[in-house]
Amino acid sequence: MSDVPESKLEALEIKLLLEALFQHYHYDFRNYAQASIKRRLNRAREQMGFATYSQLQDGLLHNPALLPHLLSFLTIQVSEMFRDPSYFLGLREKVLPHLRTYPSLKVWVAGCSEGEELYSLVILFREEGLEDRTLFYATDINQEALDKANAGIYALDRMQLFTANHRKSGGKSSLSDYYTAAYGRAVFDRSLRQRVVFSDHSLVTDAVFAEMHLISCRNVMIYFDRPLQDRAVGLFKDSLTRKGFLGLGAKESLRFSNHAGAFLDFVKDEKIYQRRAE
Amino acid sequence: MTPPSDPNLQAIVIGASAGAVEALSIILPALSQKFPLPIMVVVHIPPDRTSIIADLFREKCNLPVAEAEDKEPIRPGTIYFAPPGYHLLVEMDRTLSLSNDEPVFFSRPSVDVLFESAADAYGPALLAIVLTGANQDGAYGVKSVADAGGSAIIQSPAGAYATAMPAAAITACPSARVLALADIALYLRSLEKV
Repeated sequence: MSDVPESKLEALEIKLLLEALFQHYHYDFRNYAQASIKRRLNRAREQMGFATYSQLQDGLLHNPALLPHLLSFLTIQVSEMFRDPSYFLGLREKVLPHLRTYPSLKVWVAGCSEGEELYSLVILFREEGLEDRTLFYATDINQEALDKANAGIYALDRMQLFTANHRKSGGKSSLSDYYTAAYGRAVFDRSLRQRVVFSDHSLVTDAVFAEMHLISCRNVMIYFDRPLQDRAVGLFKDSLTRKGFLGLGAKESLRFSNHAGAFLDFVKDEKIYQRRAE
Repeated sequence: MTPPSDPNLQAIVIGASAGAVEALSIILPALSQKFPLPIMVVVHIPPDRTSIIADLFREKCNLPVAEAEDKEPIRPGTIYFAPPGYHLLVEMDRTLSLSNDEPVFFSRPSVDVLFESAADAYGPALLAIVLTGANQDGAYGVKSVADAGGSAIIQSPAGAYATAMPAAAITACPSARVLALADIALYLRSLEKV
């Protein structure tokens, strides 16, 4: 068997590692898009100092303390506040006028990572006078990321970009109204979290938990393979109220999804979809 | 000398940076509608989300040109550009996927990321082409392609707008054929089915 190519062996090792991660720790990355998960695992393996994926698996199974470190490589998404400002402009101008007709609202930021998108939405809703009637759910599978999102502290040098994005998104206030700068960090006002519930939730293994009016899940599902994307979109479909809204990343679409028929293009260029009424 | 055509090829990946538009303008529009292989292209461009490069080449090319979409099945005879701000990867089932992971050599999309994933998916059936550019992205990737049994062509640095990228690729992958742009175009045309 010595003529098995190295890449085949590596693919097997990765498969076994993901299986171990699932069976022992119940984190299920088995249906993540292979090419990306391989890159991330490779970085994790190198940085964590293991020569092979099998050794990483051994370390992981016998030393639970390594788990958060590995998860940080597999799940952390660095985003920006008001990333793709035109998306937030689309929400502000096209979606919020509809949401305004409801007496109470639920918004789900699925895969919120360290919270940049969450705070962007809360600020948007506050500016538009909808924050008080809205409950925001911010979910992720990574507890460390959730803790950071809950803390709302970002490097001060990112504020220039965030501020520019906010302005382009049609921002009606100054971003600096929402944070205080101290020791190179921007600490966001705790009042922004008054209406937020942070929760551990997996798009891979967990179910519907509330009826939503808007779900924002951007650049999360690009890491999933097609069947897993279908599961997640099905979960969003079942979570949305009739005529509720789903926002995806700029280069994502429902075109290749089994559930495409359940949604209408609402703001086509911004990948904002509306669940059909029937 | 143009190498003979290779009937076993199933896909082509191309990476280019500074001077990319001019270099690709010599290669891609030269291909006729009979060109049978998919071509995935990474060009380093600023992460402005309104990209024009796919539109630009759609005007110039005989082949269909698209900005790659996530989980899109790869079609033959089609040119795919990586969207600005995203890595473009090839999955084992030969669909395209995008990623938002950190830039590689300050680049997203990265040539290395495309080449490495395509090498996994296509193995010996892949041809990688490195063109003009001012950094070293692509060098590791072209080596990965060669290590997986694929073939590599690198633009001759002598005629390149920026020499660093092809030069780094040649160092990393000495087995690659080094050709001028016009000869790369000629070779690709030899792959067209008559």
